[in-house]
Amino acid sequence: MAIKVLAPGLATSVQDLGRPGYYHLGIPISGGMDRFSLRCANMLVGNEEDAAVLEVVFMGPELEFLQDTVVAVTGAEITPKVDGGLQETWKSFKIQKGQVLSFDYLKSGARAYIAMSGGIDVPVVLGSRSTYSLGALGGFQGRVLAAGDELKLNDGGGNVAIGRSIADTLRRQPGNPAQLRALPGLYWHRISEQSGKNFFDDIWKVAPEADRIGYRFKGGQPLEFVDREAPFGAGSDPSNIVDGCYPYGSIQVPGGTEPIVLHRDAVSGGGYFMVGTVISADMDLIGQLQPHTPTKFVEVDMETALKARHDRATQLNLVRHSFD
Amino acid sequence: MKTRYSFGGDEHIFVEVDEEMSLEAFFKSLSMTNAVRDSQIAGVAEICPANASFQIKFDPDIISPDALLAKLKTIEDDAEHADHIIKTRIVEVPVYYQDPWTHETLMRFRERHQDPNGTDLEYAAKINGYDSVDAFISAHSEQPWFVSMVGFVAGLPFMYQMVDRARQIQVPKYLRPRTDTPKQTVGYGGCFSCIYSVRGAGGYQMFGITPMPIYDPEQEISYLKEFMVFFKPGDIVKFKPIDRPTYDQILADVEVGAFVPRIQSVTFSLSEFQSDIDGYNQKLMEALNGN
Repeated sequence: MAIKVLAPGLATSVQDLGRPGYYHLGIPISGGMDRFSLRCANMLVGNEEDAAVLEVVFMGPELEFLQDTVVAVTGAEITPKVDGGLQETWKSFKIQKGQVLSFDYLKSGARAYIAMSGGIDVPVVLGSRSTYSLGALGGFQGRVLAAGDELKLNDGGGNVAIGRSIADTLRRQPGNPAQLRALPGLYWHRISEQSGKNFFDDIWKVAPEADRIGYRFKGGQPLEFVDREAPFGAGSDPSNIVDGCYPYGSIQVPGGTEPIVLHRDAVSGGGYFMVGTVISADMDLIGQLQPHTPTKFVEVDMETALKARHDRATQLNLVRHSFD
Repeated sequence: MKTRYSFGGDEHIFVEVDEEMSLEAFFKSLSMTNAVRDSQIAGVAEICPANASFQIKFDPDIISPDALLAKLKTIEDDAEHADHIIKTRIVEVPVYYQDPWTHETLMRFRERHQDPNGTDLEYAAKINGYDSVDAFISAHSEQPWFVSMVGFVAGLPFMYQMVDRARQIQVPKYLRPRTDTPKQTVGYGGCFSCIYSVRGAGGYQMFGITPMPIYDPEQEISYLKEFMVFFKPGDIVKFKPIDRPTYDQILADVEVGAFVPRIQSVTFSLSEFQSDIDGYNQKLMEALNGN
């Protein structure tokens, strides 16, 4: 009863909906970067929405199945193949003992979610099966997959409709440029009015340094700081603060040059000022951005952020009811 | 000290108790986070105290951002009058200063440092006005430290030295962060010392290394079986300089489960501490050493 990893892909990891409750000790929530797609993948194979799946980034793994199961791939457009035969994304398909699941090249998006009926059985650590690689915690031995690893599935899969799918009208694509709505705040007052305007007007590009900890952006104008006398303990650079907590989605700009948006494996705190925070409704989108993607930060207020959050919840409910 | 509230998106409130670091700001932040925890406000998901600030993560589907903000402001009024007395513990952390591993690492990243011709300790000693590295190590290890935040990565303590401001050590971070730091490196940045709980990137100056594990996701280390993270805010730390043979011995003891950190329970009063810092620290040392 297992799956054998023949080739691991670039940085494939076991993820579920994450490990809340330990951020105050520097242990981040982890879990799928695109939670909507992760939930959808699970629904397609008849799992609970928070079952553990594989998160694939940029390049798919090659997996040999030592048992029959039902699989679905959501998120990025990366065509799954069973013994070489093409399958559809966002649609459940059967895989038989001895068959190999592999992937075509990535067409769009950045992260795909492979759900398997029953869900991946790795130990639950601090309430979650998610991998937090930096802390060598959770998932499969606290790390991304390597060739030769063997994954187990939970029993109880089965009785699942093959061919169950999610309409593309219910899915979500980043626009071009990608738009990330953000609420200004935190240390926003540290930059000049003109810089604040530039920050939201400029087109940024996703930098190659983009991972589960955070996404870096390049190409906008450097920020200009308001003069201050450095507070004791902050450090002399104008972008330094006395080390504080970093919200998920917060946008820090070390040295005022390249914004970094922290994501599910966020460092929990540090000494760089932040200009605001990407709203919860747009966090999933970040997980689907490839390096070099043109991106615009869009200023919103709290009311808009809450409305967007509500809209995302409605969308998820539509998916849930589409199987009724 | 003026408290500043700001929303971090629709799921966080960031509360800056003071722009600058002080034990007063830390204690006010600690009192407020304790009060938030005790209030058991529905919708509060995570309470994260930091050095001179804190952060609440909440679910806006359960409590509206404005309602939570109003509650925090009420709690702040009460915290103003709180006695800053905590029951805590003092822990001795052995440190092998000028060890070969951090030395190798700092040489590897020399072009990212303010002073490419010296070591991190030589640089820190010089800019803080110490005649020698030994004198600087004494200053770093003779007086205790307060754990004022745990985070960055899993279980990493930020520590603030319990001396008056004139004696606080301050050093800038590396010009550009390193991509590597040995596990259990004792580092320094701004006015904080830290212990890197895991190997990885880092920007703090490197002074030495401790053989005492402080994070164990496998929970196999004898004193980390209950919980994988050793430190919590409010802990008091005393560094003890050790030599190579002692370092090796402790490593061997950790390996066989025989190493037990020296820990004593103490009560800390901020006002008593402030009225006589050296005398108070002396008493803490007596408590630690059990005489």
